[in-house]
Amino acid sequence: MARAVTTQRKALNTAIAWSIGLLIFFPILWTILTSFKTEAEAIANPPVFLFFDWTLENYAVVQERSNYMRFLTNSVILAGVSTILGILIAVPAAWSMAFVPSKRTKDILLWMLSTKMLPAVGVLYPIYLLCIQLGVLDNRLALIVILMLINLPIIVWMLYTYFREIPGEILEAARMDGASLKDEILYVLTPMAIPGIASTLLLNFILAWNEAFWTLNLTSVNAAPLTAFIASYSSPEGLFFAKLSAASTMAIAPILIMGWFSQKQLVRGLTFGAVK
Amino acid sequence: MTKTFGALLGATALCAIASSAAADAHATTITIATVNNGDMIRMQGYTDVFTEETGIAVEWVTLEENVLRQRVTTDITTNGGQFDIMTIGMYETPIWGANGWLVPLDGLSEEYNVDDILPAMRGGLSHDGTLYAAPFYGESSMVMYRTDLMEAAGLEMPAAPTWEFIREAAAAMTNRDADINGICLRGKPGWGEGGAFITAMSNSFGARWFDMDWNAQFDTQPWLDTLTFYNDMMQESGPAGFATNGFNENLSLFQQGLCGMWIDATVAASFVTNPNDSTVADSVGFALAPDNGLGRRSNWLWAWALAIPAGTQQQDAALQFIEWATSTSYIDLVAENEGWANVPPGARTSLYENPNYIEVPFAQMTLDSILSADPTNPTVDPVPYVGIQFAAIPEFAGIATEVSQEFSAFYAGQQTVEEALANAQAITNEAMEAAGYR
Repeated sequence: MARAVTTQRKALNTAIAWSIGLLIFFPILWTILTSFKTEAEAIANPPVFLFFDWTLENYAVVQERSNYMRFLTNSVILAGVSTILGILIAVPAAWSMAFVPSKRTKDILLWMLSTKMLPAVGVLYPIYLLCIQLGVLDNRLALIVILMLINLPIIVWMLYTYFREIPGEILEAARMDGASLKDEILYVLTPMAIPGIASTLLLNFILAWNEAFWTLNLTSVNAAPLTAFIASYSSPEGLFFAKLSAASTMAIAPILIMGWFSQKQLVRGLTFGAVK
Repeated sequence: MTKTFGALLGATALCAIASSAAADAHATTITIATVNNGDMIRMQGYTDVFTEETGIAVEWVTLEENVLRQRVTTDITTNGGQFDIMTIGMYETPIWGANGWLVPLDGLSEEYNVDDILPAMRGGLSHDGTLYAAPFYGESSMVMYRTDLMEAAGLEMPAAPTWEFIREAAAAMTNRDADINGICLRGKPGWGEGGAFITAMSNSFGARWFDMDWNAQFDTQPWLDTLTFYNDMMQESGPAGFATNGFNENLSLFQQGLCGMWIDATVAASFVTNPNDSTVADSVGFALAPDNGLGRRSNWLWAWALAIPAGTQQQDAALQFIEWATSTSYIDLVAENEGWANVPPGARTSLYENPNYIEVPFAQMTLDSILSADPTNPTVDPVPYVGIQFAAIPEFAGIATEVSQEFSAFYAGQQTVEEALANAQAITNEAMEAAGYR
């Protein structure tokens, strides 16, 4: 009897979880479906779900109008390099905070997080003027540095949380065996923290990929990533929802596929330390 | 680890070099920032023709209207030099021209025939008599209505209707059982959305934004009449949720046959009469925007125009492009390939003298609407500003966005008309005081 209740409860929980999952995924599903409709079907009332004349015309139009590969390349470079650079800086920072804390470590961590609370638009003009002075407007390098800096607090915080889970005695033992600081971080700490570093890397890659304020405001042609690609299909005077959906699908597809294959690491990264 | 990182950096450098090399392939390349409107997209399709003729390559940066405004404003105010041509409207042009942020278009060739630009457009895109942007297409607003529903209601649309007639017709055409709304109008917050519509409408009710001393006028009877009339009519005959409807939402409703009348941009006429997108394409009629017998109609005037920012390094090439894109030969090019209904409207007088174009069902009404709009004399009582659906001062966009939010909250039933107007009055006076007008 007890077993039956458990099974029933399990089934119920599964059903609820799937319902919530589908509800959250529905807008993305709707975008994907709309991308295969004509513009007239995209605004049809009542809306058509699956039974419409599927067409690839919107994808053809988007391909013809925009240089998708250029936007994609920029997205990969900006998100990839800024994340790797962030990890390289954050690992030693998080190590020192986790294993050699000072009186002010907690304050520094909170201060770092507080920089995320400033609305980005508040520093648009200073950063724009700096970019003009340095000649790096519409430049990938400038955006890599900016994206790295805006995500750095999150990277440090995540790594700090993982490193805190690693017993300090292991590092002490390595030190006693003659390991230098570099060896300690590279050959002892990093291998043990690989799952944490991987999930931090993935999450920050997604954050950098989706960043749409700086990437829209500091780029025009050369450094514009997929966020600018989507923005070019939004129109307040004209119904181009099907084409906008096709552009959106093309922009989110790489990150969606990457997220699907790395969901285990992502879930682990997001829930690490939540239950002890 | 080191090798992988090195390889990654190497790949990045290669990509950067490759893209620079691609950019250098053409001797001169101009970058144009534009909006994602139908006519602009069409223009992008003909870029190759321009490049073939001149050897000048063109890079397009297409953005949503509000994003574009923020982007080009940041660039022009900081002299960033990211764009060689910007697509801007009638609101920005005189302000930016006065600030010295735009290159005066006084070097246009004789063949271009600048006198052919419609006087209303030329006036709205000039400052102190100097043209700062060339209109790519222009628009006013007018009534678009379903001829079949009007006939079924036993009414006949006059060429120049009054607001009373529009209200009566809207009530007669409304059929809630069939989901048909007598009238669809913008109510969405935003100075360029519901804000533009209600401001143009208020002109015909005798209202104005400011008196001659820049005092807000929302505490006057004409504003109360405007908002009350609008809201009553929309509650009786408008669609559910009209407080959040903008151009696109109403276009969608009209194309699906769910609106009896729609008062909006003349450029919408080509959408609603296009049988590929509209289910009511063959039963659409046009009339002038309504009035109230006070000598001012409720139509606006707008143009999307091409301007050269002062920070450009490619002034000559940019001017060449503007001459090409806003010329009569570009209009002929589009007409030849896509028909006269698809040429950019509302910019040139000669277009409306062309017998081929005047046969397009909405051509004459578009011209009449544009000609009946006077941005220098928009209201019944005198005002210190230029502009019909806006006041051409830098502070207007911010103030009007807030004011339109107050109005939308009234339409949605979240506050009374008195509260909305009192809030609008306070917001406007406070902002004008802070800006030093009062």
